[in-house]
Amino acid sequence: MKFIQLSIFIGHNSPGALFDACKILAGANIDLSTLTLADTKEFGILRLITKDWEKAKVLLSEAGFMVQTTEVVALLVDHKPGGMCGILETLAKNNINVEYLYAFATPIAGNAVVVFRFDNPDEAIARLTDAGNPAIQFVSPGKIFGLEQK
Amino acid sequence: MSTVIKGVPAPGYNPVSASDYIPLEKMREIQLERFIKVVKNAYENVPLYRQRLDEADFDIHSFKSLDDVKRLPFTVKADLRDTYPYGLFARPFKDIVRLHASSGTTGKPIVVAYTKEDLAVWQQTMCRSLAAVGMSKEDIVQNSYGYGLFTGGLGAHYGAEGLGATVIPTSGGNTARQLMLMRDFGVTAITCTPSYFIHLIDEAGKMGIDLRSLPIRRGVFGAEPWTEGMRRYIEEAAGIKAFDIYGLSEITGPGVGCECECQNGLHIFEDHYYPEIIDPETLEVLPDGEEGELVLTTLSKEAIPMIRYRTRDITSIMTEKCPCGRTIRKIARIGRRSDDMFIIRGVNVFPSQIETAILNAEKCLPNYQIVLTRTKGLDNMEVQIELTPEMFSDKVSAMEDLNIKFSKAIEKIINIRAAVRLMPPNSIPRSEGKAKRVVDKRELDK
Repeated sequence: MKFIQLSIFIGHNSPGALFDACKILAGANIDLSTLTLADTKEFGILRLITKDWEKAKVLLSEAGFMVQTTEVVALLVDHKPGGMCGILETLAKNNINVEYLYAFATPIAGNAVVVFRFDNPDEAIARLTDAGNPAIQFVSPGKIFGLEQK
Repeated sequence: MSTVIKGVPAPGYNPVSASDYIPLEKMREIQLERFIKVVKNAYENVPLYRQRLDEADFDIHSFKSLDDVKRLPFTVKADLRDTYPYGLFARPFKDIVRLHASSGTTGKPIVVAYTKEDLAVWQQTMCRSLAAVGMSKEDIVQNSYGYGLFTGGLGAHYGAEGLGATVIPTSGGNTARQLMLMRDFGVTAITCTPSYFIHLIDEAGKMGIDLRSLPIRRGVFGAEPWTEGMRRYIEEAAGIKAFDIYGLSEITGPGVGCECECQNGLHIFEDHYYPEIIDPETLEVLPDGEEGELVLTTLSKEAIPMIRYRTRDITSIMTEKCPCGRTIRKIARIGRRSDDMFIIRGVNVFPSQIETAILNAEKCLPNYQIVLTRTKGLDNMEVQIELTPEMFSDKVSAMEDLNIKFSKAIEKIINIRAAVRLMPPNSIPRSEGKAKRVVDKRELDK
């Protein structure tokens, strides 16, 4: 249920940086399961999930990118109105803050997979599990990559 | 508790340092005698000096005491440029054995020359510098100052060699190789610019080399102003003692002054380089203890005598006796050069103030640069700071907080708001010599 996310700093006014990063990963045949760009006026942070995160981290670092790893949690979300409510309600009750979230590029059996970034992922997993709500379903890396993320 | 008797060198001192302990009165006698000789040399052999001394109505026969020094005209950097290349030479080429030149960032470089005797004096004061920080013939010295026209490389080289140390002449550049040699050769001391050493610390981290586990114990850093905060950072990160050395090619090169093991002020080797502090506006000589512009006279230089050279460096002559026992006077560390200062919205700012702010905010020293621009007649200052792994977060809010933390720390020190821009690693050009901290684009922008 926990995934390793790579976060990559993209400087201000560097239109080629995103392309450079993707080119490096494509060149090494690294398949991205999902990615998102958080941008502000001053800078951007590219966040991505891939099975080959270790290799990707080395390649990007060697190319001069600032790369960091973060543990994130993936949850299955019903593709219907209010599909996220069960999860968010449990989090709110337990006073757990969502730093940010984004979805996987491909759904699983018609359901969306949403990635949550918590300050303390283990505590969030424990509280979500404790809730005993059948609507809350974790997604393991095996489900996404076909095998465990290294 | 060790007691130091004034003028008596500590046990185990290096004989090369003998002149550091000359009693004050004797020193003043030597200085006067040499001062008269150097003015004579200038008057007789350099047309510009002859003209200036005549204009000032300075009669060499009236030069009776060091009080008369204040009647001598000043020399400035422009004099060296205006007489480019050889106009200030006081000796024919048959007596000159070496030339050095400044980088010349604006127009023509300045050229300096040395006779054999000049080189011997330079080497001696450089030896005294290294001895003062506790180096000896036992040391293995990596000299990472650039070799060439820049005086740093050869100055430190001959100084360390004169001391009997083992010199590894790596010069600047090729950082990975420098670190490999430092580790494999068991280097115990390094000489380079402080900004280059910071770069070495960064690269060592990336290569997985812990400098603190290596035999290196001392670093002698100069050629650019650096702060106490930077010293603490270097000492902590590399596990060494970091010493400040001062010099300028117009006078001779590195080794005009240097810290001793007390790390509190730089002893000026005043039997060869005579220091004065002046008010840069009124040009009046200030008493010891007061801050102003450092003015230096070469007391034994043959090839190019420098009389009352205005260094543009801001400091003061320290009044207290040094616990090391040296009698030669000390100047306070030079945090700023009047040349480095820039004025933004009417406020005088020195790059060292920005550096202090960055260190206050993050307790580390990332590579940084100050960019000045002008839009619609309004001056803007942007401080670009390179991200370090410790600073980077995947959370936008954390990054924005970091940005605010930097701008608040800067505003606290200089009282004006500066935009802070976080930069990707290695995006700000690194210098292997003197760091270029300020990029002033205001003239171009209009």
